[in-house]
Amino acid sequence: MAAEATHGGSEPNHARRFATIWIVVSLIATPLVVLFVGPIMPPGNGSAQASGHVTDNTVLIGMATPVLLLVLVYLIYAIVHFRAPKGGAGAVLEGPAISGDTRIQTTWIVVTSLLVLSLAVYGTVRLVEDGAGSGQGASPAWPASGKKLPVQVIAQEWAFTYRFPTYGGVETTHLVLPVNQTIELHVTSLDVIHSFWAYQLGVKADANPNVDNVVFVKPTKLQTFEVRCAELCGIWHGYMFDHGRVVRPAVFQVWIAEQQKRFAASKKYLPPYSTKYVPEPARRGG
Amino acid sequence: MSTAEALAPTPARRPLWRRLVGFNLLTAVIFGVAGYYIGWFIGHQIKGPSFEFQSETDENDVALMLAYLGGVIGFLVGLGFANYPISRMLGRPASLREKEHEGMGRYFGLCTDHKVVGIQYLVGIGVFFFIAGLNAMLIRTELLHPTPTTIGPNQYLSLVGMHGAMMMGMMTSGILGPFANYFVPIMIGARRMAFPRIEALTFWLLMAAGFILTSTIFFGGFPTGWTGYEPLNEQAVMGMDSYICFFALVGLSMMLLGLNMIATIVAHRAPGMTWSRLPIFVWSVLATAVLMVLSAPMLIGALLMAAFDRTINTSFFVVSSGGSPYLFENLFWFFGHPEVYILALPGFGIVLELLPVFTRKPLWGYKLAISGMLGVTLLSFFVWQHHLFVSGINATLRPFYMLSTEIISIPTGFIFLCVMGTLWKARARFTVPMLFCMGWTFNFLIGGLSGVFLSDTPSDTDTHGSFFVMAHFHYTIMGGLIFTFFAAIYYWVPKMFGLKLNERLAKVHFWSLFLAFNSTFMPLFVLGMKGMPRRVSAYNPDLQGLNVWVSISAFVIGLSMLVFIANVVYSLIIVREPAEANPWHSKSLEWQLPTPVPVNNFDQIPTIDHDPYEYGTPLPPPRGAPGAVPAGG
Repeated sequence: MAAEATHGGSEPNHARRFATIWIVVSLIATPLVVLFVGPIMPPGNGSAQASGHVTDNTVLIGMATPVLLLVLVYLIYAIVHFRAPKGGAGAVLEGPAISGDTRIQTTWIVVTSLLVLSLAVYGTVRLVEDGAGSGQGASPAWPASGKKLPVQVIAQEWAFTYRFPTYGGVETTHLVLPVNQTIELHVTSLDVIHSFWAYQLGVKADANPNVDNVVFVKPTKLQTFEVRCAELCGIWHGYMFDHGRVVRPAVFQVWIAEQQKRFAASKKYLPPYSTKYVPEPARRGG
Repeated sequence: MSTAEALAPTPARRPLWRRLVGFNLLTAVIFGVAGYYIGWFIGHQIKGPSFEFQSETDENDVALMLAYLGGVIGFLVGLGFANYPISRMLGRPASLREKEHEGMGRYFGLCTDHKVVGIQYLVGIGVFFFIAGLNAMLIRTELLHPTPTTIGPNQYLSLVGMHGAMMMGMMTSGILGPFANYFVPIMIGARRMAFPRIEALTFWLLMAAGFILTSTIFFGGFPTGWTGYEPLNEQAVMGMDSYICFFALVGLSMMLLGLNMIATIVAHRAPGMTWSRLPIFVWSVLATAVLMVLSAPMLIGALLMAAFDRTINTSFFVVSSGGSPYLFENLFWFFGHPEVYILALPGFGIVLELLPVFTRKPLWGYKLAISGMLGVTLLSFFVWQHHLFVSGINATLRPFYMLSTEIISIPTGFIFLCVMGTLWKARARFTVPMLFCMGWTFNFLIGGLSGVFLSDTPSDTDTHGSFFVMAHFHYTIMGGLIFTFFAAIYYWVPKMFGLKLNERLAKVHFWSLFLAFNSTFMPLFVLGMKGMPRRVSAYNPDLQGLNVWVSISAFVIGLSMLVFIANVVYSLIIVREPAEANPWHSKSLEWQLPTPVPVNNFDQIPTIDHDPYEYGTPLPPPRGAPGAVPAGG
């Protein structure tokens, strides 16, 4: 940009001035954003996965800030300095006939490519740890380590129910999870596509009929969390939510025993536990 | 031509009743209604309601599909689309006699003049744009309260679906329809499009499609949103058939429009209009057209399969019979992702086309801009599975789709660099079209940067299917396409109509739209991050405050659109102040023509011997000004 900056003689060195403003503003704003906006990025520290997302979102917003400022500062700078003088109603004032600059273009391509590639590498590294809370399908490519408690999430129009295969396949209407225990959620649907979204746990997995969608989560905080459907599933989609709890392991044992007792009578009507259920043929008939 | 001239009537002299008889819009509507009922009747003969369990409700998808088919065919025949093939089959000579008609009448029927089609598109699309905008107002009214109070969940979903489908379907041709049809032939020095009848067909197909989509309200609406996901699609009532027919017709119109554009740009350029002299807008149209031709067939195919599932009991997507909803998701998004670039790319073209005019500088990095557009075109076919990041399909492919999605920001970044380079040391005049281009730069920047969060799979887990996504694509589509759509209107209306738009009202429109737009969609990022899913009529009451803010801002957008309508009515109908011949002092070819552009554009096809953007004072020939670095820098 130096070649153009010096062309014109009396004008100030725009390239240097703009670069200085941008660097100063970025150096001030980026740490502020990372320090103050980063911690309030969603979805909080309800699970190992959610804490990971907060870190990812902080990294992304930290990288986005200087880019945002580059264009914004430039726009403001251009609007202030590169405008036609007012009042010259007659002749249109022509600008300099600069039609490109190989060095700037090359630099831009190299820098944006490096930025994008590093983002992709970072995202991949974070993803392959344990799927980062996203549904991985029937045979997870990146399973979480350690002992896992399997829980099935069954979505249907318009409610979620939960089955615990290691507790005799008992089916409950609310989700209660023990803290600091890796959970292996098997998400499936009985009718249309739903999406199981436990916001505070940083978990989202589509519930497809006849598909077992596995996702791992390790709750780390005792709290109530919100479960919502995140895929349009019909008229009561907005009402398809409930609340779950993360509790101490001892409390969980008491709760699950109570559920087993409570639903013992209705259990005989349930189909045997399976990772997926083929829905009844519900043809419209035309 | 002799037969054509002999047949050519002189409409002004004939009485009104005589002019209404013939192939025109009135006939088209009558034939359309007739075709509709013929289809409806045949449908009931094929599949009587008697052996269906919904016999009481007259739920008959076969009948409705055939009715729409019959209606569209009748409409097109009534407009006169069958005349040419039939007269050719009878051995009569070829002609484009529709083109020679003069007067207002040609705007209300089949006309093969690309300038008439352009204006037809502008008005036709404009009407549907405002209907869809009104739907958005109703959606925001419902969301004033955390539980459905005003509209109810069923109608709410229909509104969401109609708003989405109408905007995504009709506005796909938002810039290509009006502005590319009107200006591409002129900009490349041609007298007409390559296929003028196909050009007219794309417009009337789109109008039929828009009407069909609107008619969904008579058949119970559809609950799926614009994506039409299976198996919800399979379960839905007859209103779903409206969606299927609508989108398939839009796909057909889009494909033909793209085909026509490619053929015109490749084959009809004036002598000397080499590829490196093509205006950047024409390049963006070419890139968009390639996307249209390659992606729309996928949509038509997917919808045909869905239609078969609903009518003749196939089971492409029916799980209990071995089908898979994943198939629909993949087919749909293989169209759907290129589709969003179909919406974005013409906007790039408009911004880069207008900037040189208003900065009085050549376009900075012409070749970089072209490679940016072509790069986006190519890459957009390799990113579609980022819509399925949490779907449970092909988890091992996610790093690839994450990479490809992030790579697409490199060519998009080229466009930003070209915008910034063109602004460098400019003598910028901030006229209304220029303001809209600046608005685009800001909006698309926010849209693009928020896309980075969505492309990153771990981060996408939080934002997928939430209001964050909704805010993101409104920033890229409304902030990208609609802002450039208005830039193009303010820039080219003096050429298209020969009339001036009121500048004061235009500035009120811009500022109210820009501020209200950001005030509407910026908080939606926050709402999404706080866990509000898309397309819900009931939400967490904690989020009501922000939702009320968003709704009120959305109503201000509505008001600002009314300012635009007021301006159109005031300037183009009431005041009718003639515009200057070349108000922006543009050097582009279209502004060198006389203002009602002659029917054949050019008496003599021009020979092009210069680059498209010869603005600016040339740099001093020896680049040895004191302190300058050697040339090549």
